[in-house]
Amino acid sequence: MRNAWVIAKRDMGSYFNSPVFYVVTTVFLIIYSFIFFNILNFFSFQSVQAGQFQGMNVGLNLNEMVIEPSFHNMLVILLLMIPVLTMRSFADEKKGKTYTLLLSSPLHLKEIIFGKFLACITVVFLMILLSSYSVGFLLILGQPEIGPIVTGYLGILLMAGCYVGMGVFASSLTDNQIIAAVIAFGFSLFMWIIGWASQAAGAGLGEVLQYLSLIDHIERFLKGIIDTSDVVYYLSFIFFFLFLTHRVLDSQRWR
Amino acid sequence: MIEVENLTKFYGPHPAIKGLTFNVNQGEVVGFLGPNGAGKSTTMNILCCILPATAGTVKICGFDVFEQSLEIRKKIGYLPENPPLYPDMTVTSYLEFAAKIRGVPNNKVAASRDRVLDKCVLKDVRHRIIGRLSKGFQQRVGLAQSMIHDPEILILDEPTIGLDPIQIIEIRKLIHELASSHTIILSSHILPEITHICKRVIILNDGEIAAVDSLEGLTASLNKSERLLLRVRNSSNGIADKLQTLDNVLSVNAEGDKEFMIECAMNSHVQDQVAQMALEHSWGIEELKTVSMTLEDIFLKLTLEEKGVDA
Repeated sequence: MRNAWVIAKRDMGSYFNSPVFYVVTTVFLIIYSFIFFNILNFFSFQSVQAGQFQGMNVGLNLNEMVIEPSFHNMLVILLLMIPVLTMRSFADEKKGKTYTLLLSSPLHLKEIIFGKFLACITVVFLMILLSSYSVGFLLILGQPEIGPIVTGYLGILLMAGCYVGMGVFASSLTDNQIIAAVIAFGFSLFMWIIGWASQAAGAGLGEVLQYLSLIDHIERFLKGIIDTSDVVYYLSFIFFFLFLTHRVLDSQRWR
Repeated sequence: MIEVENLTKFYGPHPAIKGLTFNVNQGEVVGFLGPNGAGKSTTMNILCCILPATAGTVKICGFDVFEQSLEIRKKIGYLPENPPLYPDMTVTSYLEFAAKIRGVPNNKVAASRDRVLDKCVLKDVRHRIIGRLSKGFQQRVGLAQSMIHDPEILILDEPTIGLDPIQIIEIRKLIHELASSHTIILSSHILPEITHICKRVIILNDGEIAAVDSLEGLTASLNKSERLLLRVRNSSNGIADKLQTLDNVLSVNAEGDKEFMIECAMNSHVQDQVAQMALEHSWGIEELKTVSMTLEDIFLKLTLEEKGVDA
């Protein structure tokens, strides 16, 4: 565990020492803020309208009309941004030949992989944390319910973990960062939309596809419900991709 | 200390090394000598538990590289051909990182860092970014990294490649100092380097061991004879035959009708006789010099001799 933390710390250092983190975070915050304030603006416009006509204010709810769609949009932006963060994790080590340092050190492969994952997810956590100013803004202006916000962030973090898991896996496949990013993006998007095929696939398989879909498990989190089956789904999703990474890296030594 | 038996590695259908067997004793400094592609790096990678071998066994300090690689990796310091440096880190933070992943306990990290900074003369650049250092300094940081955990065994893959002559001498001196307390395996394709540092040489060629010998043995076998190059202005028949008649001349190879490679006994001063003969027959000496054995000659010699035995 100490070893994984040492790896993670070095990786985080290299994120913060390079422009990657700052560029990605800035772009993320700008786009997220743009979307958030547009949604907020639409909400306040509706509120004003509702104020003019008695009885229309039923159903106006900050959580449902502002926070939930903002979080949905954040997940889409993260889908686009996280591959850029994860693409370096192994691809860069292999290209820079520093991978031999890790391999010749008394480290378990799983410690290296977990360290890489930990570094990325911490950086992503920081990005999400920075974006949470928006919710603070709402807390000052109105009274949104805290519960769904907390569970929503938990869900976002778990889903981001899945993106990171797929990204680290993609990065282990190649020593080219661009290829790693494209594969990570492809995987993430595919796992997002895989549920669309459920209708065509018929009853049995359709349910499986629906269950596999990343987005299918976020809804309850955003509504304020922590369902253990969703948590288990996300955690096993992350574990599965880290396990695949392990298999890939292990088998690469034999080639 | 290191026992290698029948080590074989295939990259796809292509064998990189074929059935290597050798031993390295504690405290020995052994050189791997060989042309590019001879299998030096592959062998070293297997010793460092980075690559698994296709066949054969390697035991280091009684541990098997495949079964107990973690134990071995604690005892080995490895400097690969391309030093594994993170260009965006400073020298100190890099060395601290290396110390930690090599299993140096937290409270000893600073001490080991300072020890290698001192040993590799890196004090002045300790706060610089590695990517901005010159190649010589980078190589030294690589070397510092390999001995940060004070390993029993150092494996250095071409430690002086890409350095200028002064840096080469410095690195050699450093390795000399290390040799007293470490078992060292280093590789090179430069002969003088090996002769300066190593007590024993393993010559690899085409994935096989062409020779294992102590340095004395190797130089002795090479110094049985020395070679003279004679180039003349006026070509005439029978020069080679006439040269052959001289005392102490072992063989004469004509390279064209104006150039002759004369192999003669060590320290026999055949030059005098050759010059005299050339004057007598007015061949017109253009050039007469001793030719030192180059690495290519040694390879040729060793590989040819081996083929001779086979045939």
